[in-house]
Amino acid sequence: MKVAFYPGCVSKGACPELYVSATAIAEPLGLELHELTQAPCTGAGVLSEQNPELADALNGLTLAMAEAQDADLMTICSTCQGVLSNHNYHLQQDPGRMDRANATIADQGFRYGGTTKVKHLLWMLFEDIGIDRVAARIKRKLTGLKIAPFYGCYILRPVESLGLRERPERKTYLERLIALLGAEPVEYRGSTKCCGFPMLTFNRDKALAMGGNHIIEAKEKGADLLVTPCPLCHLNLDGQQPDAARVLKQEIDVPIFHLPQLLGLAFGLEPEQLRLNHHVVSTKGALEKIELKV
Amino acid sequence: MQFTIEVGRYNPEGRYADNAIPGEPFPAPWNRSPVRRYQTYTVDLPEHAVVLDALIEIREYQDQSLAVRCACRSAICGSCAMWINGHANLACKSKLQAFTKDGKTRVESPPSMPVIRDLVCDMAPFWEKHLAVKPWLQNKQPIPPPDEEYRVPNAAMEELIQEVSCISCGACLMDCESFAVNSEFLGPQALAQAYRYTGDPRDAETKERLGQYSESGGIWDCTHCYECVAQCPKGVAPLDQILKLRKLAVDAGFTNNAGTRHADAFAESVRDSGRLNELTLMPKSIGYFNVIEQLKVLPSAFNMLRAGKLPPLIHHKIPGLKRIKAIFERVGGRFK
Repeated sequence: MKVAFYPGCVSKGACPELYVSATAIAEPLGLELHELTQAPCTGAGVLSEQNPELADALNGLTLAMAEAQDADLMTICSTCQGVLSNHNYHLQQDPGRMDRANATIADQGFRYGGTTKVKHLLWMLFEDIGIDRVAARIKRKLTGLKIAPFYGCYILRPVESLGLRERPERKTYLERLIALLGAEPVEYRGSTKCCGFPMLTFNRDKALAMGGNHIIEAKEKGADLLVTPCPLCHLNLDGQQPDAARVLKQEIDVPIFHLPQLLGLAFGLEPEQLRLNHHVVSTKGALEKIELKV
Repeated sequence: MQFTIEVGRYNPEGRYADNAIPGEPFPAPWNRSPVRRYQTYTVDLPEHAVVLDALIEIREYQDQSLAVRCACRSAICGSCAMWINGHANLACKSKLQAFTKDGKTRVESPPSMPVIRDLVCDMAPFWEKHLAVKPWLQNKQPIPPPDEEYRVPNAAMEELIQEVSCISCGACLMDCESFAVNSEFLGPQALAQAYRYTGDPRDAETKERLGQYSESGGIWDCTHCYECVAQCPKGVAPLDQILKLRKLAVDAGFTNNAGTRHADAFAESVRDSGRLNELTLMPKSIGYFNVIEQLKVLPSAFNMLRAGKLPPLIHHKIPGLKRIKAIFERVGGRFK
């Protein structure tokens, strides 16, 4: 299946392990990735709040690029998903905004007709690829692992633009996937909460406490690891975890996996191929539970 | 129809959500509230019954000691906001059937607020924040006074209808992620009201308001998680109003804060490379001369470098960058 692949800045920046693992699982999932190399950053909501017209034009350009490919746009980041969904929704709903965005990108030879569907890899697994196909590719069951899902705000809220009113089941995909891969999903309050990353630059200690509290809660419920479809959450939960432990004066030490890394392990790929040896918090303990070394 | 209700009951020694003492750890709000005891009741009610019907049924016919605050039963008075299955909702607006999970409905006082008794939390922090934003019109009296009432164009008030719909139930604050770790934060309800008065053409203190809201604890302390938008029973969408205030504050010149520096650094990076430059975003947001804050970031940067998780030192530009530059040139405003 052909998809217009939007990897997002972070998978090409501070989370290279996400890009590597996402491209590694494309083949077993039957995804033909056409990467939108010329598409700009979504602005992560920051540009939308300060200059909605600019953000409409930039995201309208990306949506038009996918439309020209005649394929659904696939994200691997909850934040990219949220921002692109939001602009797509408003451009589709408001002809005035659509016209203004199109007037701006027309000079660059693009026009957005409003037909692109924006879908996170997590949604595609259930809605396009099919969960049977995912199940058929499993070579290594993750039996024995207790895994806590961590969605990231922008793949859950606001519900209108993300299509969660029509498809409320999107709020349960991570738990269902964890169970499908043979592991046990951990139920805890933090799974739908905020990792704190958006505040990290303004209010560092509070942002670290916010994310750290959620990991500690998952750990107390027995989680061996957290899995997230959002690399920005990963930056806070993994990248800053030692600092969060310092702020909270409590040992944390829970590894955070990207969604494609978890799928890759189940598909029989080796931890190094998924760059699981390039995390701030060691993944060793969790991998040993499924008899893997890193 | 039979419904099972699990009610969180408390001893009356509620503590404030964020009693964070400088230098002390930030415990999660649910660890911080007094130990709760869940008591299970079974009620027989029609299938369209709401959570509040069940609570009144329990109080009237099963257990007089249950404390619950309610009044209008019509989602107008805002008295009965509480945690239902882990999220703030109005008990009078939540259908029991929709909120039955694993055969029961769990109802409790929100752990981010002080508790008076059982389901009754102390709304004092809520009202303190509400008052702090000066939720009233501050008009300058013209001399001589007008002959008739002040007239406001219809369109100007239509813009504010959403914020005026607030019933002060506190559901947004009860689920606010920033408030859970930061008692100083004014919170979604107060800031939505702040926008309601800032945006009112009859108010004469717009600039002073925007200055106040830009300070610590104000608009830049929001973590942008949309919980308030999800929980508000009246469609006020507080986060949207906070974002409007951020734009108004920046446009009014209140730019000496990390929030504005972050937005500027972000826009600059997208304009000049089409992508986010993670390497320069953090130091630019903090401000290069803020040495103490810069030093705080170093251990994490070092950890990430050691793990091979830092972005490439030479920041790559996307192909076709001239398109992005042209878009900025056309509609970039102050980011040109």
